[in-house]
Amino acid sequence: MLGFSRSQFIAFLIMVALIVVCPFVLYPVFLMRVLCAALFACAFNLMIGYVGLLSFGHAAYFGMGSYVTAWTMKHWHLDAFLAIGLGGLTGAALGLVLGYLAIRRSGIYFAMITLALAQMVYFFCLEAPFTGGEDGIQQVPRGRMLGFLDLSNDMTMYWVVAAIFIGGFLTIHRIIHSPFGQVLKGIRENEPRATSLGYRTDDYKLIAFVLSCAITGIAGGTKALVFGIATLTDVHYSTSGEVVLITLLGGLGTVFGPAMGALIVTAMENYLAQAGAWVTVIQGAIFMVCVLAFRRGVIGEIANWRKLTL
Amino acid sequence: MMMIFGIPAPLLFGQLLLGLINGAFYAMLSLGLAIIFGMLNIINFAHGALFMMGAFVAWALLNYLDIGYFPALILAPLIVGVFGVILEKTIISRLYKLDHLYGLLLTFGLSLVIEGLFRNAYGSSGMPYRIPSVLQGATDLGFMFMPNYRGWVVLSAAVVCLATWAIIEKTSLGATLRAATENAPLVQAFGVNVPRLITLTYGAGIALAAFAGVLAAPIYSVNPNMGTNFINTVFAVVVIGGMGSILGSIVTGFALGVVEGMTKVFYPQASATVVFVVMVIILLTRPRGLFGKAA
Amino acid sequence: MTLNRRTLIAAAAAATVPAMARAQAQPVLRIGCLTDMSGPYKDLAGPGAINAIHQALEEFGASAKGMKVEVLSADHLNKPDVGATVVRQWIDRDNVDVIVEVANSGVALAVAGIAKEKNKVYLNTGAATSDLSGSACNANTIHWVYDTFMLAKSTGGAMVKAGGDSWFFITADYAFGKALQRDTTEFVESAGGKVMGSVAYPFPGTTDFSSYLIQAQASGAKVLGMSNAGTDTINTIKQAKEFGITKKMRLAGLLLFLTDIHSLGLDVAQGIVLSDTFYWDMNDRARAFSNRYSPKNGGARPTMVQAGVYSSISHYLKTANAMGVAQAKADGAATIAAMKKMSTDDDCFGPGSIRADGRKLHPAYLWEVKSPAESKGAWDYYKPLATTPGDQAFRPLDKGACPLIKS
Repeated sequence: MLGFSRSQFIAFLIMVALIVVCPFVLYPVFLMRVLCAALFACAFNLMIGYVGLLSFGHAAYFGMGSYVTAWTMKHWHLDAFLAIGLGGLTGAALGLVLGYLAIRRSGIYFAMITLALAQMVYFFCLEAPFTGGEDGIQQVPRGRMLGFLDLSNDMTMYWVVAAIFIGGFLTIHRIIHSPFGQVLKGIRENEPRATSLGYRTDDYKLIAFVLSCAITGIAGGTKALVFGIATLTDVHYSTSGEVVLITLLGGLGTVFGPAMGALIVTAMENYLAQAGAWVTVIQGAIFMVCVLAFRRGVIGEIANWRKLTL
Repeated sequence: MMMIFGIPAPLLFGQLLLGLINGAFYAMLSLGLAIIFGMLNIINFAHGALFMMGAFVAWALLNYLDIGYFPALILAPLIVGVFGVILEKTIISRLYKLDHLYGLLLTFGLSLVIEGLFRNAYGSSGMPYRIPSVLQGATDLGFMFMPNYRGWVVLSAAVVCLATWAIIEKTSLGATLRAATENAPLVQAFGVNVPRLITLTYGAGIALAAFAGVLAAPIYSVNPNMGTNFINTVFAVVVIGGMGSILGSIVTGFALGVVEGMTKVFYPQASATVVFVVMVIILLTRPRGLFGKAA
Repeated sequence: MTLNRRTLIAAAAAATVPAMARAQAQPVLRIGCLTDMSGPYKDLAGPGAINAIHQALEEFGASAKGMKVEVLSADHLNKPDVGATVVRQWIDRDNVDVIVEVANSGVALAVAGIAKEKNKVYLNTGAATSDLSGSACNANTIHWVYDTFMLAKSTGGAMVKAGGDSWFFITADYAFGKALQRDTTEFVESAGGKVMGSVAYPFPGTTDFSSYLIQAQASGAKVLGMSNAGTDTINTIKQAKEFGITKKMRLAGLLLFLTDIHSLGLDVAQGIVLSDTFYWDMNDRARAFSNRYSPKNGGARPTMVQAGVYSSISHYLKTANAMGVAQAKADGAATIAAMKKMSTDDDCFGPGSIRADGRKLHPAYLWEVKSPAESKGAWDYYKPLATTPGDQAFRPLDKGACPLIKS
């Protein structure tokens, strides 16, 4: 169903049910943060999990998407749908240029070149006047979606974010299970073989990269809209690092891992914020335990234990 | 006054020298990273935190035990090195067979823990540590006023770097080490205790970081975040020099210090970004780094 | 989640039975302290700021007056989105009425927007940006303690009068640093001084300032203006001494806190000129406050940010008590308006007032750091140089472009 296996379909239903029920139990703004992080992580997972390339600079696309959405909402008073779309386009365009440079490298070198390129984007954002430096773009209005949805209401905003997340999630799933996705997996497993079969592997990788960046840009734009701010934190390398951690904690290369990881990491940040000075110590300890004890990530371990594909 | 690109020549010479001094720190830190990567195949993100520990141990020796700078220069690397050995034995040794990513994440978590603990214990604004009285004062070099301590830093760093390079490239111990990197089972078959060799290598790499930390203590504020400021640049140095290349990291460390120094004169805002520009250019043209061997 | 962190103040010392009866009838006031518990501002705000709230509650006698007050605290990790989520959650779920502190301008501006949207009270003591009472001002925000304009005026203007008429700036390349440099330049020039040059360095992440110091020295200026803060300033000062700059130039710290000087040690810091609006030893009342506060704060003397938390919460409690807790909870903007009407007076900042744009007015002081020989003991660091009265210390009301003022 929808290209899911049986176990995946059940997991998908559980996830959708949680998305529907949670805002009545938990705080919706917190949940929106989780969903934005989850979409970001799913987009990132497309690269690491299915192309086998670790991008250490995804904050660049997330942050630029966030800046463009925030700026167009604040100064042009665009419809939220258009502004988020522009955020996604910005991510894609930037991904095309930087990806073109980076895609020829693999392994640790790909990670390093994406990091270096992202640092340059960070520098641009720091210097460019439209980003407002470290104060960021503040007090961005949420505006209206498609002309009739008033997003200033938290619950309306929540349903929009939930729709964007599920849409993005299914798009990524569709990409993975398309013939294009099969070629990607082929490239990941054995690139020379894929080349010998006549595939231009670099082009395939670049397209995947651009798609990943586009969805990342959408996630960034959505986040800017939810909080009404776009700041340097979004383009900083620590954000790139965070998405790696989210994906790893949830389970690299699993369909549901990134969403689970986003939930865990965001909850940690949110609730540990009140644990005062111990935040970073606890975070660090959790990452160490994760790498040492359950390397497949939460979803990966469950899948392995129950012999399921998730 | 002679001018070069609109800048007075003495000022430019001064900046070159200062760049070289900063390069000394990059060289020492990236050297440790390169050794650890070459031998253990671990990208040691905790390097910055261990550098910071070196500075803090020196501060603690002075404040609690009244042990001064020069003994600390030996003792602090030893203490932190032993800590490194314990880390390797208990945690890091579990990751050798895995992808680089896991080592990177584990050591990243480790650095969060170490820095967080120090921040809780000592606050974030830092501790004072004085320049030893022998090295106080400055020398007039004609083109600039050179603090004696900075001269000491660049000299001792150069000596330590060269000594490390010589041990690895010119001694039989170094030969065994290099052989173990190439083919561990074979070297083990010759009766060499490879796991112990690896442990000691990690300890030595960490000791180098701690040594740099002690050197840095009198110049920079001894505070829990002092390592994070360095770590990105140092990673860039290792990549540009060629991952795991000993000579590459030393030469690139000093060279990048100079490049950064020049940027500070002509376009200071970009001085933190320039290393990444260099890194992109190198990765696009010579992906194995300046001194890296072709795979 | 937050319950275990809540500290119930009211429970302890409910004195008389009538007070008890009244307390039960009254709603609970909730104060949220959003601060930096793990990053660079931990020492100057952080746990000490939370202690300052408790000090204010105790001395006001909140529980004896029958007020129930809870204090919540959280770490914003210096990330605006983390700070924004915490504050929204506090207001929406935990019924928090007052947000206090918030050191970090990016987070502070985000919180100001939320306070306005939700009609709550926001008392900022830790952020530097003068936009909080300027273009980003609103009817729910009061900016206590200091801002970039005041720092620039106090340090820039007074230094020129004291003979420091040529300046060179070392500036952190971000909005805060640039604003400080721009404002200070204006005061230096209007006082008849001139600026010989400046250099902007990347922020954050710069540890070595020697290159910039050499450029500063080559400019021949008499004063080195450090438009940066925290560890950066500490490193600049340490290295300035190392390179012998301090022999030829005077160092002017545009934003230095008591804890920074403590970290540097007088040996290195002596002779630096800086502006603070509060110093623990500046008069009898300040000393009395500090002596009450320090034992609970591990012996450390309060910084001006921590004193500001005490002062702002004291004034808020007075206002809330006068207008009734229920009304204070119901309408943040009305509470802020009442706070503006009432003149302020406390041990830290003495008598003062709050202006229509939300700027708290009090004098600004220029200090010089003592030499080790002059210092009589721990934390005895400053000697006074000049005072700017409260009505002149801050940006004139009509220059701030605050939307509240035009209408």
